[in-house]
Amino acid sequence: MTVEVRLPTVLRPHAGGATTVSAEGTTIGEVIESLVGRYPGMSGQVLTPEGSLHRFVNVYVNDDDVRYLDQLDTKVADGDTVSILPAVAGG
Amino acid sequence: MAYHRSVLDLIGNTPLVEVSELSPNPEARILLKLEGQNPGGSVKDRVALAMVEEAEKEGRLEKGATLIEPSSGNTGIGLAMVARVKGYKLNVVLPASVSPERRQALEVWGASIIESPGPEGSNGAVRLAERLHAENPEWVFLYQYANRANPRAHYEGTGPEIWRDCPEVTHFVAGLGTSGTLVGAGRFLKERNPKIQVWAVEPPAGENVDGLRSLDDGYIPPIFTELGGPEILDRKTIANPRDSIVWTRKLADVGIFAGISTGAAMAGAIRCAESVPSGVIVAISADGGWKYLSTGAWTDEIDVVVERAKRIIYF
Repeated sequence: MTVEVRLPTVLRPHAGGATTVSAEGTTIGEVIESLVGRYPGMSGQVLTPEGSLHRFVNVYVNDDDVRYLDQLDTKVADGDTVSILPAVAGG
Repeated sequence: MAYHRSVLDLIGNTPLVEVSELSPNPEARILLKLEGQNPGGSVKDRVALAMVEEAEKEGRLEKGATLIEPSSGNTGIGLAMVARVKGYKLNVVLPASVSPERRQALEVWGASIIESPGPEGSNGAVRLAERLHAENPEWVFLYQYANRANPRAHYEGTGPEIWRDCPEVTHFVAGLGTSGTLVGAGRFLKERNPKIQVWAVEPPAGENVDGLRSLDDGYIPPIFTELGGPEILDRKTIANPRDSIVWTRKLADVGIFAGISTGAAMAGAIRCAESVPSGVIVAISADGGWKYLSTGAWTDEIDVVVERAKRIIYF
């Protein structure tokens, strides 16, 4: 499966300034693995040393936060859009 | 007695109104709770009053005390109203990127505005407020993101009102800012009926908050983590600026003049309606449309409005 990954401003320098890149995988975990394989600078930013999502990173599949789906096991389909965003406050 | 002693007595007990004509699913009803009916114009009046009363009870607020609070607008406005009535001074740390009407509303009740950098969003406002409080320890920092009176206002107010007015509720949808509404009302509703699903809707703010140096600058409100937010939420979705504007406009078709975050909550409610066979969805309309007239949300060409909306904070 190939998905489009939208990067937040802070991660763009690791991908040569790109706002979106493509990545492969059938789950979010595989997509992130493919992403950090290609752009190693992202690894410490997106994942913890234990391999879980960094607490200030939210990952969405087509606008749904994967923490409330199946986390890193959340399935993706061809053509899905994955967005990575920093956690921010409102109010 | 047919009158109220103080405008503060008008906070809460907001109306629920059905907007099912906008639902894509005839078996899924949608009701909006119109928090714009509060006297300060938003859901945050509840939080402002609860936090001030709690601080008074704890003896933290002496006569004429000065408050400091970071806010993207509505909490500041609610606090400005409450502080004015009760004789406190208020400094609001406000990101430069809010709609001008939010600033004007703060001025109505005499709050002082301290601007934080627009590109840093609310995270930047929180950081600046923390610094200013450290430099001015005599100021009282109610800190809505960590103050349990915030979710408690919803646990004791918003939640019970929904349960009283619509015990058929199957889904509760609200915007995620401090998480107070979702954590407080969401917990109350789940205690009454564990089958109720709680959906959070957030703006894709992180996309436009360019001021973060790294993801370590991210922010999760302490009340969300401490009060079991991750267990209360069943789903969290983003409403992009276009969907938020489109639904803000469609609400006007049924007569509802609400703020842009209500359009976002409505987009979430619509997604919810599409995903269930049947249900009764209650969504929170955090404020009315008055503070967003300058954004042209209802009248300007949609592409222009969407671009503009990406640069203002509307949650």
